[in-house]
Amino acid sequence: MRTKLLRAAALGAIGAAAMLAAGAGEALAQNEQFLPRLVYRTGPYAPNGVPFANGYADYLNMLNERDGGINGVRLVQEECETGYATDRGVECYDRLKGKGPTGAGVVDPLSTGITFALTEKAPGDKIPLITMGYGRSESQDGSVFGWNFPLLGTYWAAADIIMNYVAQKEGGYGKLKGKKVSLVYHDSPYGKEPIPLLEELAKRHGFAFSALPVTHPGVEQKATWLQIRQNRPDYVLLWGWGVMNSTAIKEAAAVNYPRNKMIGVWWSGAEPDVTPGGDGSKGYMAAALHAIGDQFGVHRDIYKLVYDKNRGAGKREEVGQVLYNRGLVNGFLASEAIRKAQSRFGNKPMTGEQVRWGLENLDITAARIKESGFEGLVYPLKISCQDHMGSARARIQQWDGSKWSFVSDWIEADRKLIDPMVVAAAKKYAEEKKITPRDCSKES
Amino acid sequence: MGFFIEVLFGGFLAGVLYALVALGFVLIFKASGVFNFAQGAMVLFAALSLVRLMEWMPIPIALLVSVGIMIVFALVVERLVLRPLVNQEGIILFMATIGVSYFVDGFGQTIWGSEIYTLDLGLPKEPVIILESVFEGGVLVNKFDLVAAVIAGILVTVLAVFFQKTRIGRALRAVADDHQAAQSVGIPLRDIWVIVWSTSGIVALVAGIVWGSALGVQFSISLVALKALPVLILGGFTSVPGAIIGGLIIGAGEKLAEVFIGPSFGGGIENWFAYMLALLFLLVRPQGLFGERIIERV
Amino acid sequence: MLYREAGQFKTSYGDDQAIFPIRQDRIGVAIILLAAYLAIPLTASPYLFTSILIPFLIYALAAIGLNLLTGYCGQVSLGTGGFMAVGAYAAYNFAIRMPELNLLVVFLLAGGCAALVGVVFGIPSLRIKGFYLAVATLAAQFFMDWMFSRIKWFTNYTPSGSVNAPPLSLFGFAIDTPAERYYLILAIVTVMALAAKNLVRGRVGRSWMAIRDMDIAAEIIGIRPLRAKLSAFAVSSFYAGIAGALWAFLHLGSWEPLAFDINRSFTLLFMVIIGGLGSILGCFFGAAFILIVPLALNQIPTALGIPISTAMISHLEFMIFGALIVFFLIVEPHGLARLWALGKEKLRLWPFPH
Repeated sequence: MRTKLLRAAALGAIGAAAMLAAGAGEALAQNEQFLPRLVYRTGPYAPNGVPFANGYADYLNMLNERDGGINGVRLVQEECETGYATDRGVECYDRLKGKGPTGAGVVDPLSTGITFALTEKAPGDKIPLITMGYGRSESQDGSVFGWNFPLLGTYWAAADIIMNYVAQKEGGYGKLKGKKVSLVYHDSPYGKEPIPLLEELAKRHGFAFSALPVTHPGVEQKATWLQIRQNRPDYVLLWGWGVMNSTAIKEAAAVNYPRNKMIGVWWSGAEPDVTPGGDGSKGYMAAALHAIGDQFGVHRDIYKLVYDKNRGAGKREEVGQVLYNRGLVNGFLASEAIRKAQSRFGNKPMTGEQVRWGLENLDITAARIKESGFEGLVYPLKISCQDHMGSARARIQQWDGSKWSFVSDWIEADRKLIDPMVVAAAKKYAEEKKITPRDCSKES
Repeated sequence: MGFFIEVLFGGFLAGVLYALVALGFVLIFKASGVFNFAQGAMVLFAALSLVRLMEWMPIPIALLVSVGIMIVFALVVERLVLRPLVNQEGIILFMATIGVSYFVDGFGQTIWGSEIYTLDLGLPKEPVIILESVFEGGVLVNKFDLVAAVIAGILVTVLAVFFQKTRIGRALRAVADDHQAAQSVGIPLRDIWVIVWSTSGIVALVAGIVWGSALGVQFSISLVALKALPVLILGGFTSVPGAIIGGLIIGAGEKLAEVFIGPSFGGGIENWFAYMLALLFLLVRPQGLFGERIIERV
Repeated sequence: MLYREAGQFKTSYGDDQAIFPIRQDRIGVAIILLAAYLAIPLTASPYLFTSILIPFLIYALAAIGLNLLTGYCGQVSLGTGGFMAVGAYAAYNFAIRMPELNLLVVFLLAGGCAALVGVVFGIPSLRIKGFYLAVATLAAQFFMDWMFSRIKWFTNYTPSGSVNAPPLSLFGFAIDTPAERYYLILAIVTVMALAAKNLVRGRVGRSWMAIRDMDIAAEIIGIRPLRAKLSAFAVSSFYAGIAGALWAFLHLGSWEPLAFDINRSFTLLFMVIIGGLGSILGCFFGAAFILIVPLALNQIPTALGIPISTAMISHLEFMIFGALIVFFLIVEPHGLARLWALGKEKLRLWPFPH
């Protein structure tokens, strides 16, 4: 019995080793742009990770179908499951960074923890990181964080936009004095990011700010919401991810906290966050980086070229969901950066360094957005060497029980408030890491 | 004062949910000495089976089929894991159940999917405010928690009757007391294992229903198993009433600590506080709440 | 034939007490060390360094620490991740607040801090044992998670609570490339593994094993449980602390408490059990199994060009990994180290079994 099992094990091991060796030999064709895709389709955060990954994949596939890639360079993507775990994410990055004729063009870490880890590695590998709407807030400063691109907004921007909306609702910042604002946050770097900015705002405008942590994965929030019931803050900001969001909304309903006083960050405002709460989610609000729905030009192409050929990454009826569209926008920005890089370096696969040039000179105008079928979906943005965020605008959306609808126009974050904080934090980082910041005025 | 009672109450009700998961651990440990780490994965698997089956068939049939699935699961575990590992040390069996839990996590998500599924059995959700005349603002309780408590109560009663009054129950207790003696009077050990694992699977299903209705059925509910561990050290690994009382104490203790002490430490203390509470208790009373035979002490 | 000790006579006590009394073992170890120090660095790709070799060595080191406690002293611990966190954050604070300290001194101090904390959380072991103790050590795990995310001093007041390792150098040489980091880790692991091997052969190790095998008997022959158990916790946490510092500084570079969460503790316990309780060599086997098997399972379908979805690959990885754990436990409950020993027994007779 035992020897038989042993022999089977040995055979299995040899077989596996042989397969690995055989697989290592394959090579990609030369005119292909390789894009590693760090995703999570399993584990506690899968309900949020899946639609994002699908949107991204579908957009790249659509480009391949419609235009044969970008200027004739086909896009090849390979997914790697991180499970939202930092060490697996780093392993995925190391596994995929050298693939393809030019290596990884650009990487989306898709987790704040992985972003922090890759921030240390990217400069050495010369691969840019797109962290659209997440990542470390001070990485907006391109002179220190040369390879991070928190496009469209950081958590500091998000916090400022949400507080701006709160002020609008109350009738101006002056009216915030004496109000109470609580932040319910995921107890990780992700959730802690907005705290310094909110503290700063609280100091300026005289509202009382308190922060309530929720431990990963966020299924235990009773104590948190009992405290909220006790303190009755005027507004609750929600900085959650995955199951934490839906649990927070349910617990809010359970303690009768008005949902229309709850505003989530853009990672706390998707369908999987509100549907489990049923009617209890009505009135809940969240910031939105982009529009929702499948009525845009890009969706028509995706339906026609991807789903009608049964090659969609997900289910047809999930196209147009919040996180699906976020994946689309992310894919769009990445491909535009490659396109921009090609305009300078020629229509061939780009290296990470070239894509970075494309990112730093990215200028997505309203006309370009319209042309690409994203009109109404995103706000134009322009990146520079110093400013790696581009645009910091979002709208506030509200859940009415069956769909999201906008309750505000685009709100812009107050750059005069954020930028000095970014510079100070980036300077501290540079000192700790002994980095000499680039002089952006000398780069064109 | 009203708020204190509210927190205490909320804590008790959270404790009931912990107790449900702890109960599954206790059943298996009592009868087979296995510290079944796969209990959390079983909760997830049972809940996923139920919620996906409900899309195909009426609820009562889905429930029955889910129970059937958990029994098949017990049979498979007994045949493929427990039988070959009979007479191994506790830690080896513990490790084996970790292997099982990996397998079940992957298997469950493969056949049932890894999205978030809403489990709606029509349990009430709206909060009610009671004792408004006694305290200012009243005391808020959640009907759902009350229902969960009732379910847990029924389950414990059924288990108690099953253990005390039926023939199988007597055999189970005999096995728990002494494996060899039980075997020598003709109690088939393997059947007993299948029965406890099935029972524990059904307890997992009930826990899955309660947690799943509260949180939605998705991967995270397999992590609630960790919440049951301090309950186990407090209540003892082998005591059914210990699991219930321990659950209540841990639930109330951690919520009270989080709400009243937590803010001065920046919050988030409930996770370790539950363990500290259990640990302090153990230092005073190493056999746990209801542990009769204390062997595992120095 | 190849592995036969006939003709090797032990002519002195020194010979009899050697770590590797058999000549073939000495040659084997020498070959492995040569390979690790020379052959691998010459041939390995950066991926192999950063994703396989470096984490493998660090895991092995932490597993040695846990094995000293669990395998040799019989105290099951689920707090190793917490002790690693202590090491990582202590190293961070020493490095950032006393930048003139030598890196090795920083690591030693980090290990020392972890050892102190380990002793504190080892105190319950004087009253409880078995699974009760295992669950009790989770208190350490959760408390450390909480402490390092809440007390801002430990993270030098960074807004997000995530910290970065400062630039590393040793005796004036910058440690940058994967190969350089690998060498540093390899040297530390070699020294500490040999130290552990010697420790368990000596008086201290024997007192631990006596406690493990029967505590009452051990007490009667004059071993003090207090000293034996707490010293096991201290040494074990020292190893874990250094492993944690290496993990943070040389593997991740930037980390948050989540990098040392409860999964880390469980992973290490798996390594020790799968590798073999009470075996230093087993720690390396266990670390290799638990680290490499999932990665390999994850990469096989893509490498073969089998078109299955990412989610499916991941689920299969879980299922096969789980099944393999059960399979190996059934084949050999005492771990891979025991399998290795059985293989050696066979080799002694091979090819003439009579």
